[in-house]
Amino acid sequence: MEKDTIAAISTPLGEGAIAIVRLSGDEAVEIANRIFHGKDLMEADSHTIHYGKIIDPTTDQFIEEVMVSVMKAPKTFTRENVVEINCHGGLASVNRLLELALQMGARLAEPGEFTKRAFLNGRIDLSQAEAVMDLIRAKTDKAMDVAIKQLDGKLSKLIHQLRQELIETVAHVEVNIDYPEYDDVEEMSHDMMLIKTKQVYQEVERLLQMAKQGKILREGISTAIIGRPNVGKSSLMNALVHENKAIVTDIPGTTRDVIEEYVNIRGVPLRLVDTAGIRDTEDIVEKIGVERSRQVLKEADLILLVVNHNESLTEEDKKLFELVRDLEVIVLINKTDLPKKIDEEKVRQLANDQPIITTALIEEKGIDQLEQAIADTFFAGELESNDLTYVSNVRHIQLLKQAMDALDEAMTGMTDGMPIDLVQIDVTRAWQLLGEIIGDTVQDSLIDQLFSQFCLGK
Amino acid sequence: MTYDAGNFDVIVIGAGHAGVEAANASAKRGAKTLMLTLNLDMIAFMPCNPSIGGPAKGVVVREVDALGGLMGKVIDKTYIQMRMLNTGKGPAVRALRAQADKPLYIQEMKQQLENIDNLTLRQGMVEKLIVEDGVCKGVITETKAAYYAKSVIITTGTFMRGRVIIGDLSYESGPNNQRASVKLSENLEELGFDLVRFKTGTPPRVNSHTIDYSKTEIQPGDENPSHFSYETVEAIVDQIPCWLTYTNEKTHQIIDDNLGLSAMYSGMIKGTGPRYCPSIEDKVVRFHDKPRHQIFLEPEGRNTEEIYVQGLSTSLPEFVQREMLRSIPGLEEAEIMRAGYAIEYDAVVPTQLWPTLEVKNIAGLFTAGQINGTSGYEEAAGQGLIAGINAAAKALNAETLILDRSQAYIGVLIDDLVTKGTNEPYRLLTSRAEYRLLLRHDNADMRLTEIGYRLGLISDKRYNEFIEKQEQVEKEKKRLAKQTIKPSDQLNQLMDNIGATPLKEPNKAADLLKRPEINYVFIEKVTEASMPLPADVKEQVEIQIKYQGYIEKSNQQVDKMKKTENKLIPDNIDYDAIGGIATEAKQKLKKVRPLSVGQASRISGVNPADISILLVYIEQGNVARINEI
Repeated sequence: MEKDTIAAISTPLGEGAIAIVRLSGDEAVEIANRIFHGKDLMEADSHTIHYGKIIDPTTDQFIEEVMVSVMKAPKTFTRENVVEINCHGGLASVNRLLELALQMGARLAEPGEFTKRAFLNGRIDLSQAEAVMDLIRAKTDKAMDVAIKQLDGKLSKLIHQLRQELIETVAHVEVNIDYPEYDDVEEMSHDMMLIKTKQVYQEVERLLQMAKQGKILREGISTAIIGRPNVGKSSLMNALVHENKAIVTDIPGTTRDVIEEYVNIRGVPLRLVDTAGIRDTEDIVEKIGVERSRQVLKEADLILLVVNHNESLTEEDKKLFELVRDLEVIVLINKTDLPKKIDEEKVRQLANDQPIITTALIEEKGIDQLEQAIADTFFAGELESNDLTYVSNVRHIQLLKQAMDALDEAMTGMTDGMPIDLVQIDVTRAWQLLGEIIGDTVQDSLIDQLFSQFCLGK
Repeated sequence: MTYDAGNFDVIVIGAGHAGVEAANASAKRGAKTLMLTLNLDMIAFMPCNPSIGGPAKGVVVREVDALGGLMGKVIDKTYIQMRMLNTGKGPAVRALRAQADKPLYIQEMKQQLENIDNLTLRQGMVEKLIVEDGVCKGVITETKAAYYAKSVIITTGTFMRGRVIIGDLSYESGPNNQRASVKLSENLEELGFDLVRFKTGTPPRVNSHTIDYSKTEIQPGDENPSHFSYETVEAIVDQIPCWLTYTNEKTHQIIDDNLGLSAMYSGMIKGTGPRYCPSIEDKVVRFHDKPRHQIFLEPEGRNTEEIYVQGLSTSLPEFVQREMLRSIPGLEEAEIMRAGYAIEYDAVVPTQLWPTLEVKNIAGLFTAGQINGTSGYEEAAGQGLIAGINAAAKALNAETLILDRSQAYIGVLIDDLVTKGTNEPYRLLTSRAEYRLLLRHDNADMRLTEIGYRLGLISDKRYNEFIEKQEQVEKEKKRLAKQTIKPSDQLNQLMDNIGATPLKEPNKAADLLKRPEINYVFIEKVTEASMPLPADVKEQVEIQIKYQGYIEKSNQQVDKMKKTENKLIPDNIDYDAIGGIATEAKQKLKKVRPLSVGQASRISGVNPADISILLVYIEQGNVARINEI
């Protein structure tokens, strides 16, 4: 049997408070160990559970606090080494975890593959064989179904287009190879090929960026609330959560600093995050410095900046405005129930063209306008929900990344002056990988392209 | 009434490019072999273009040679021109092509065959196979001779129910007005074979004296010709050029005006033709806005004035052919010696064969060459060789040979045929090979000599030379990996001379060789090799070091492929008993009967879920066995 290590999210997505990423295979422990900070898992006994942090080894970025179970072969579900990473159910962090595991050398499990391995390794009783086959069939069909549904028409069309670009280039090189004396086909040069490859590369890159946008809709718009002390940040949080039933609530615990609240604002899933304590920390700038706070704020998709109607603008307020310039911001002038002391003209100047809402949160006034503003921000223009071309399926994202790598290798080959027929191997690979997204990997279509594109003789 | 004409281990029907390789391989393996042909003067006749090799095909000739075949040796002795193609590209796609001397090729091949031990040549038309209980036991000729054998190989090319068509003229015939083989085709149908109708064509030949070459461009051979066979040492010095001219608007107008008379377009031809070798009327119709098409004028031999008009394959009537020719620069006065024609013939649906080329439903019967739906002399030779090796294996109870897709173009060709079948005459193209960087012209010996030797197809002398070459290559690679080159004014002057960036830090010789602007000759100059190495060793060292990264990548892909390739499917598998497999996949699997999971995964209509289930099912047997113990 193939002994590679597979990984998948093994809990239903977005439903539980806890999510599990499961790894199975010879290298399961090693792969988990590469991203886990805490006990050395290689040393861990079988069937033990460990607390620690998941850190992206390439960027040293902290991802999640987790509990990791280590179960060594053969007494596991699959009879292989199995590691289960338990984390809090936020979709973003679970997906991130899975992606990290894949980056570290695991392969995304096929539908039903854990069960299949369990069977193949003799873990499941023989009489269940038929059931296992049915399961694989069902899961595969369902996954195909889901994948196809997730593949919206626009994306599929775009991928077809990209593949067409690539296959024309490839066919062109093939013709040069197979019909070397055929003189009315221009010889494909490195420059021509580089231009084509770059174009497709950029498109794939753009798709991956849009995948992030798509993620926003699936995983919630991460929203930070900032403002000086006593401007009403807590009231705002409470009002949003109170008005809109929270989807998932993680109770702040002793081991976690991060609080996430999911609220649904007129169809826009908002994830109120407290990344590195932004939400609660009034003196954020002083605490972590301007550059760092700006970095942190950049990670939020939306910032709600609250100022006090009842006080004049302070230097601190101005610093905050400075901090969020060019980011997606909604400004709240809160406490309109109290006398006006703020210079609204000045706020408008500082806010540039960002929307400004006036509220009296304590009296639940202005919340409607705020919600409308949020909906407008995300459903206006390109983020129109039913007009999205985005990739959401993890498998698709993996394939796009692999295709991008292949194109990158092709471009490196071209700059290094490698012969075009070698460079073309990587371009062909990118074409095949893109084909896997739309379920089209037939090698023969290259040959069809060859003969329809060129008139060949000798 | 038949008479008993003798017993053999292997009988080969046909003496074309597949037949001769089959007979040679079979006899060399020690099988008592009979080769039957319609006409002993037409052994290895080239009914179409007078050339051998080219991209992918040329590599096949090298592979055939590495396995002890004849094609490379014979063309090396008789060519009129040799050219290495794709020299400006990478090593994987370099391709050797020879212009052949057709009559000389026949003569030389016949003589080679006549001198092989264990091989009997005989003229005769086979009409019927002797098949008893699903086992082929021999053949019966039209003269009522019954020959008996343990294996029979059919290599009848385009002769089976062959039909030549020129305009509205159509008659039963093999290529070049030889007799068609009608009864054998009928016999195969009776035996339950699935046959298809294919079509191919050939251009007119004109008299060289009537060509004005001054209006054409000369196409000479290489000054220092390379060769196909690893045994060839002597080059042919007086090469003969080919010539290039073009069709024009006038030619195309003539074709347009007479399109209704073309057998291709009048509906007379039912067979499927190859897209890679279209007739001139096809080219003009499908690519109407192209103002001209290339026409190559290729001599058919040294001692003949016939010139093959490459690029003008046609089924138009003779008078239109003449008009068409005369519209082309250089051919204004051209006299046709033979008219071009289309030919339709029966081919065997190749999914009826095992990868050994043995027929699934008739044990001991093999088919090879154009009868299997391919086209091209080289494709035929490759199959003939494999069929010969395996037919002899069957008769002698010896080792069979199946080459996989990473071992040889021959492997790609046969795997494609028996796994996917083909709906047009199949031609090898480099793009059909997933691992073409591994299937190079230069390393065919590295890939296959060992196998050839093991099967008794390669002499001790040649094998020892091969081992020596291999050792030299490894030794030199090691030397270059170890030796450090230090920057110096003198070195950087040399580098500057060839346009390379000067060296700043000391560098391993092997790393320096990886730079695109540096070749082995340069490295040899600056590292002082202990003694001059043979050219083919230098070539290997350079390619293996220079493209190491890409070669490794290919090797990784091969390893992945091998995992499923090594997963064998039990031959008693009952696909109907497997629940989850989709109906379409089931039908395909039952028809193709793949030997491995890898082969199964290449069948169109069998999807990954079916493969998963198949794997589970196969493992289930293993699990059951473990549980029983």
